[in-house]
Amino acid sequence: MSFIVDAVYFIAAILFILGLKQMSSPVTARRGIIWAGVGMVLATLITYFHSEINHNYLWMTLAIGLGGAIAWATGKKVAMTDMPQMIALYNGMGGGSAAAIAAVVLMQQKEMSVTLQILAVFGALIGTIAFSGSMIAFAKLQGLMRKTYRFSGQQRVNLGVFLVIFIISLYLAFSGTSYGMTILGIFFVLALIFGIMMTVPIGGADMPVVISLYNAFTGLAVGLEGYVLGNPAMMIAGIVVGSAGTLLTQLMAKAMNRPITNVLFSNFGDAPSGDAEEVAGSMKEIDANDVAVMMAFAEKVVIIPGYGMAVAQAQHKVWEMSKLLQDRGVAVKFAIHPVAGRMPGHMNVLLAEAGVPYDIIYDLDEINEEFNTADVALVIGANDVVNPAARTDTNSPIYGMPILNADYAKHAVVIKRGKGTGFSGIENQLFFADNTRMLYGDGAAAVSELIVGIKEL
Amino acid sequence: MEGFVALYIFMLAAFTGYEIISKVPVILHTPLMSGSNFVHGIVLVGAMVAMGHAETDMETAVGFLAVLLAAGNAVGGYVVTERMLEMFKSSGDKK
Repeated sequence: MSFIVDAVYFIAAILFILGLKQMSSPVTARRGIIWAGVGMVLATLITYFHSEINHNYLWMTLAIGLGGAIAWATGKKVAMTDMPQMIALYNGMGGGSAAAIAAVVLMQQKEMSVTLQILAVFGALIGTIAFSGSMIAFAKLQGLMRKTYRFSGQQRVNLGVFLVIFIISLYLAFSGTSYGMTILGIFFVLALIFGIMMTVPIGGADMPVVISLYNAFTGLAVGLEGYVLGNPAMMIAGIVVGSAGTLLTQLMAKAMNRPITNVLFSNFGDAPSGDAEEVAGSMKEIDANDVAVMMAFAEKVVIIPGYGMAVAQAQHKVWEMSKLLQDRGVAVKFAIHPVAGRMPGHMNVLLAEAGVPYDIIYDLDEINEEFNTADVALVIGANDVVNPAARTDTNSPIYGMPILNADYAKHAVVIKRGKGTGFSGIENQLFFADNTRMLYGDGAAAVSELIVGIKEL
Repeated sequence: MEGFVALYIFMLAAFTGYEIISKVPVILHTPLMSGSNFVHGIVLVGAMVAMGHAETDMETAVGFLAVLLAAGNAVGGYVVTERMLEMFKSSGDKK
């Protein structure tokens, strides 16, 4: 029987890797997740016959049913705009599970090699941090925690807490079976607190980095506990996810031109040396009808969505408007910045939800050349990712970040709720440029006006 | 030797993950992250093993929590990924 169990785990691991591989193209991606799903079901069912399981079958099934049912119900219901926090939540659950496995193993205090014990403790630490950190990320994105709490010396306090955890980890890893349950409890509580403290000061715009980082953490924790349990399927799946998540985290950090340590341990706008350049000119308002005319008689319109579009739930309206323009022979393209929104690829998901075909959606590298020939660049709820200061102003905190060159278009139109600065608090030079017009209003309402305007022409 | 075999598995799996992701276009970053989030739901099998040989009540309770969370991770991860991927369509395939 044990041979069959191992063989099924092997097949599951292959299905996971092939499934993820197929997700690298939109054409095969759907098949990919189904393959991985089949692998998961097989692995779960065969585990009932695992030689180390000898009781608790009923409770186990109940836990699977309960956890699965709740996740199924919430996952089916959640709006596409709320996807980042749901992914953070499910990810946190995985991290918590890895930590709980480690807790059971460590509570049993069976004799094991020092290597195994080190990995068990290390996996417990990472899993716990991924759990509490993801929960905070969830709370922030869900709007349950609106403030970012910061106090002076925060980094030093965090470092202190981490050192204490680290010392306890070493003790747990090297003390054989002589450690007590109290110190084990303290270890888990401190790790939970550390995850919270690490995430609380991080702002919304940095969430793409944070979510993919915790995803990598959970993967790593799962891989380590897989090693401890001698389960190759967990090892392989966990480590594949861990390294994939690490790469994705790097990509995100690079798209913001900030090292990952900067995202985690410093606050946006903390570091600028010297004053940012004075912004010359003024913001020029325009009304919706004029924008409608401008776009309807253009040859090429590039639309740049940002988090504001998600907040306003404007994606359906935007696509409705785009179709009207297409019917008039206007070439409409969407330009997506890698860190627009609250998770990697957030805008792509929202546009896909609205029905925008993916072949008119372009990445930064693909589209940036085209702004020179675009008649109108329409910015909806994006801010820092189109700020030319990133190119020119060496004192700006976002200097060096790759941006979408909306200012190179013949006209730029910015739909924005008010005159204030965005998340980063940086003035956007684009808004003051001679060829830029501001259309004030809620994203969805403003686009609705544009639709009416175009229809009336 | 045993330890080294495990180390090889770690190394090869890490490269596999890196290779798979480095070719993914930006438009699929979210489904892919969510898909890999689903894949680490495999922690469920570990949680079942941990609960299946738990001895004390406390261990059983923590094991129960592990299984519950893992099942949420796996099922939730699958549902949202599937929902997202279903939406991606090219202008070629009209319904």
